[in-house]
Amino acid sequence: MTLLSVENLTVRFETPDGTVNAVNDLNFTLDRGQSLAIVGESGSGKSQTVFSIMGLLAANGRATGRAVLDGQDILNLPPRALNKIRPEKMAMVFQDPMTSLNPYMRLSDQLCEVLIHHRGMSKRDALAAAVRMLDAVRIPEAKTRVHMYPHELSGGMRQRVVIAMALLCEPDLLIADEPTTALDVTVQEQIMDLLASLQRDLDMAMILITHDLGVVASSCRDMLVMYGGQVMEYGKTIDLFEAPSHPYTRGLLSAIPRLDQQSDSLVAIPGNPPNMMAPPSGCPFHPRCSFADAGCSTHNPSLAPYQDRQRACLKSAEELS
Amino acid sequence: MTDPILSARDVRVTFDIRPRSAMPWTPSQKLKAVSGVSFDLMAGQTLGIVGESGCGKSTLARALIRLVPAESGQVVWMGQNLLDLSTSDMRRVRSDIQMIFQDPLASLNPRMTIGQIVEEPLITHHPEMSKPDRVARVRETLDRVGILPNMINRYPHEFSGGQCQRIGIARALILKPKLIICDEPVSALDVSIQAQVVNLLKELQAEMGLSLIFIAHDLSIVKHISDHVMVLYLGNMVELSSSADLYATPRHPYTQTLISSVPVADPRYVKPEVDKIVNNDLPSPINPPSGCVFRTRCAHATDLCSQTKPPVDDLGQGHLVACHHWKTVPSLGS
Repeated sequence: MTLLSVENLTVRFETPDGTVNAVNDLNFTLDRGQSLAIVGESGSGKSQTVFSIMGLLAANGRATGRAVLDGQDILNLPPRALNKIRPEKMAMVFQDPMTSLNPYMRLSDQLCEVLIHHRGMSKRDALAAAVRMLDAVRIPEAKTRVHMYPHELSGGMRQRVVIAMALLCEPDLLIADEPTTALDVTVQEQIMDLLASLQRDLDMAMILITHDLGVVASSCRDMLVMYGGQVMEYGKTIDLFEAPSHPYTRGLLSAIPRLDQQSDSLVAIPGNPPNMMAPPSGCPFHPRCSFADAGCSTHNPSLAPYQDRQRACLKSAEELS
Repeated sequence: MTDPILSARDVRVTFDIRPRSAMPWTPSQKLKAVSGVSFDLMAGQTLGIVGESGCGKSTLARALIRLVPAESGQVVWMGQNLLDLSTSDMRRVRSDIQMIFQDPLASLNPRMTIGQIVEEPLITHHPEMSKPDRVARVRETLDRVGILPNMINRYPHEFSGGQCQRIGIARALILKPKLIICDEPVSALDVSIQAQVVNLLKELQAEMGLSLIFIAHDLSIVKHISDHVMVLYLGNMVELSSSADLYATPRHPYTQTLISSVPVADPRYVKPEVDKIVNNDLPSPINPPSGCVFRTRCAHATDLCSQTKPPVDDLGQGHLVACHHWKTVPSLGS
């Protein structure tokens, strides 16, 4: 059953230097209990996509299109209406665990605030629920830790607290924006395992934003590859990894250094990511694409069904082989 | 076998830390950032240094070229101990040893053009060079790292992260150094750009016979560039070996945990079972565990581990492990 469906989502920013097209005509759907990864390099529009869904766009940003969560279009809802939906139906985990916690408040106050405000719980019940949730994210000695300040915890612990806070109201959808990028590999593994088991236990859908394809491979069923504000390829993770059909997906996959394979040099994608103030004409990837020809610089391909997935490329499979 | 170009012996770095509620007469505490690390680096080779944040990898690199003072030990660079040199002698050596920093934008002065940034080391170390000669060298070096020489008058903010890192590399290269210390040079970059920078470093190394010290927390990138890899934990070397050996047969439990934690970009991959880290948090370096520093998180720790610091054992072919139980720790994946 579909939980979230995003249709023709476009995000623009008005800046003193002109309009920036951060996201162009994005479409995807997410089923209940499923997970979707949005992959792309910095500036590809992956964070702005979820910010617009969460209603967190900067003041100069405008989103158009539809984002239907559980039957209701939530795009551009006023804050008052969004505040009813946000912790109960969707919640978000941000990249930097230090800056997403209030350094002046004890964990107990930050966590209870959510429950008192949204569930109308008494302070005492809220504290008990907060401790239970800290236990659920496997924070040892949750009963004493709950009275600490954020700076008394390590980075991995803080990220667990942020996850606990997002899950307090048992949302249907959890959006995780680079949840492990600021953490060490050993801690990253623990956090990803934790997210996977919580997702299973709570039957929660998850959107994972990341640039780390290794994390995607082990955790998400579907995967959406973005470049220059557009979707390049969208399908099942396993299909995209085994037979990437878009030149950008192929480039990304061959650029990652792997521990499980022997190879001497990495295959880099030449050139630099596009400047979104002045995006390239035609396909946004054509200046860096080795298959591009004159047609690619004038026509912008739209996302179309292709074998078992969707992709946006003007070239046929034969031309890309 | 040739002599190493750089060899470190028992390098120790200690910082004085004032406790939070310190009175002026309170003695300061000692933080052992690096406690006795030794290695050899051969000319034209790369040594990778990996470890979690706070393990002392950056401090070690900085101590080698005296950006932070080492408490004791020896750093022998082509026959002379760098830690004993006078400031002026050290300055001469610095033209042979250059450094690339982690944050590409923050390590470039925003008020200088990239031409001035890349030219500055020449002014410092070769004051006899004429301006036209210097500009020619700057252009040639920028061209070598893939920055068009017509951009010479632009400022750092006009470049992307990957380009800024190339400019940082050009600044390090212009003195034709023999060793470049790279402190997390690619961790701030996107994968596709990361591959460009790593490939550039490898090409330059082959072309100019450079030695590299490559610090990173990403084990897979280190594997691609290094001949030897050293794993640090809380300021101690736990394992040092050739890159191929270390990744194929890691012997220290910490190295095994690190390697098995790296996510594999293959949806069908099934993780091998390893004895996982028991406790989540890195102990405080102000008050490190007795004996083996890793014992508080090690699944194989015994009483022996808390009593004596493990000796560094040589397994042959330069594979060094500091663990009491390396013989009995099961190997990865079996």
